[in-house]
Amino acid sequence: MNALSVEGLSVVLGGNNILSDVSFELPRGKVVGLIGPNGAGKSTAIKTVLGLVARQAGSAKIGDRDIDAVEPRQRARQMAYVPQGAPVHWPLTAERTVALGRVPHLNPWQALGEEDEAVIRDAMEKTDCWTFRNRLVTTLSGGERAWVLLARTLAVGADFILADEPIAALDPMHQLQVMDILKAEAKGGTGVLVVMHDLGLAMRYCDSLVLLHGTQVLACGTPEDVLTDKNLKTAFGVEVSRWHDGSTNFMTPTRVVG
Amino acid sequence: MTAILKNSPWALNVALLIALVIVALLSGLFGQVTLSPGQFWAALIGDGPEDQQGLSIIVRELRLPRIIIGILAGATLGYTGAALQGLLRNPLADPGVIGVSASAGLGAVIAIYMGLAAASAFAIPLTAMAGALAATLILMTLAARDSSVLTLILAGIGISSLATAGISLVMNFAPSPMSLQDMVLWMLGSLENRTFDDLLLAGPFILLGWVVMIGVGQGLSALSLGSDTAHSLGINVKVLRWRVVLGTALSVGATVSVCGTVGFVGLVVPHFVRAFIGYEPRALLLPSALAGAVLMTLADIITRLPFGHGQLRLGVVMAIIGAPLFIHIIFKTRESMR
Repeated sequence: MNALSVEGLSVVLGGNNILSDVSFELPRGKVVGLIGPNGAGKSTAIKTVLGLVARQAGSAKIGDRDIDAVEPRQRARQMAYVPQGAPVHWPLTAERTVALGRVPHLNPWQALGEEDEAVIRDAMEKTDCWTFRNRLVTTLSGGERAWVLLARTLAVGADFILADEPIAALDPMHQLQVMDILKAEAKGGTGVLVVMHDLGLAMRYCDSLVLLHGTQVLACGTPEDVLTDKNLKTAFGVEVSRWHDGSTNFMTPTRVVG
Repeated sequence: MTAILKNSPWALNVALLIALVIVALLSGLFGQVTLSPGQFWAALIGDGPEDQQGLSIIVRELRLPRIIIGILAGATLGYTGAALQGLLRNPLADPGVIGVSASAGLGAVIAIYMGLAAASAFAIPLTAMAGALAATLILMTLAARDSSVLTLILAGIGISSLATAGISLVMNFAPSPMSLQDMVLWMLGSLENRTFDDLLLAGPFILLGWVVMIGVGQGLSALSLGSDTAHSLGINVKVLRWRVVLGTALSVGATVSVCGTVGFVGLVVPHFVRAFIGYEPRALLLPSALAGAVLMTLADIITRLPFGHGQLRLGVVMAIIGAPLFIHIIFKTRESMR
């Protein structure tokens, strides 16, 4: 199975180095967490992979094919994106919003086919929003809206999902549910790259982590290897407490250090 | 009836098409000479009795081009209104927003000021399209580096203000009360006395503008989720943006050149259509074009009704219909948009 691989990525925006020599790999079937303090370049990394931000150096490939060489519509079928605080500018119904996930599969004239309708329904049932499919997204709560936008992403049916802080504004229940759905998608063979700030959830849900700090990759590997006291102190300037409940490891930041 | 039209773009399109045929026929019947449907048909195909040759000229050379130009102009203003609203993700956007209407207006008053309009019938259409083109080129230069929505709107406001200032300046120095009156009447908009020559000059540019914008609906719908997400869905947002802007400049520039400045069609029509089929930008395009054509033709019929002295102007009729409706729409949609 092909992986999404980023190698030696460097990005300069407005004269500032945002990313320098960043490399990581997103295999299919895995959840990879992209973590790091604010301003470390996590969103920029995702946007660069999507072609939204130009890179000065490095490559982003799916398998051995450079993403720049992939035709936009095909690229769109391979990588689905959940932007930070995803906006919906018009009062569309939940179902019409999710249906926009099928755009990469249709030419500009084509209407939704039966297969598309089935994919849309499936995505909405997975995220529990089929029941309110006819409501306008502008009237939904933050959690319900997050479901719809996640369903929109799933409806693309992409090999890779790139999610930029999908749980940042959600309550604990919705956070767990979103992570469960992303984890389930990975089990189904999708590669999931997720930007997140909750280190405890990152440790429990991600198969591997990429820790960005000061434009570079500070650590990369399994959560245990990456979330060491030393790395957390360097990157975030915090100390953490750790404990176990059965086989599950927990961790929470407790103190700011020097 | 409304229940059938709700949520079914095709039922709405068919209903609007039927309405368009009806108002176009009515537009052929009414005027200084009012005809029966039978007389109209005979005059149109030209097999009436000898003494009705005059009617044939009225119908074929005056009313027919007027109806066709009205339909093209109304469809252009309705379609571009819906397309610009989708592009700018702003329900208050309109062809006027990007400064094309005002710049075309400036071109026209300059032609009147310099006396070119008296010298050639083609002067106003040509200078108005030149104005629209100049506006587009300035817009392209201003927004070349950063073509964000905000830049586009601000550039449009700047260009509109500049063109309006230019119009005031030209009117200020109008050589005679007669030419000032010409300018004012032209600015008020009209379909009166339009001929096939006008249609032949403006029509190709209107159609070219339509061709440039054909198939933008999917991209505009994807833009509902923001330009980053639209990009991630495989839409080339930059190309989409320029297609809508250039298509608008061509078709609206040509429209303004042939019937003066007529406002509110591009603002009001998409709102009307949304009441039936919702907010999805792609679904709004075709019904907005049809409804724009219906509205324009209807307003043109109203200008021919007898109202005391003088003639009602198309732009004035549209403003009187459009402005109150527009305010009503703002009140109505304020909640659903926020």
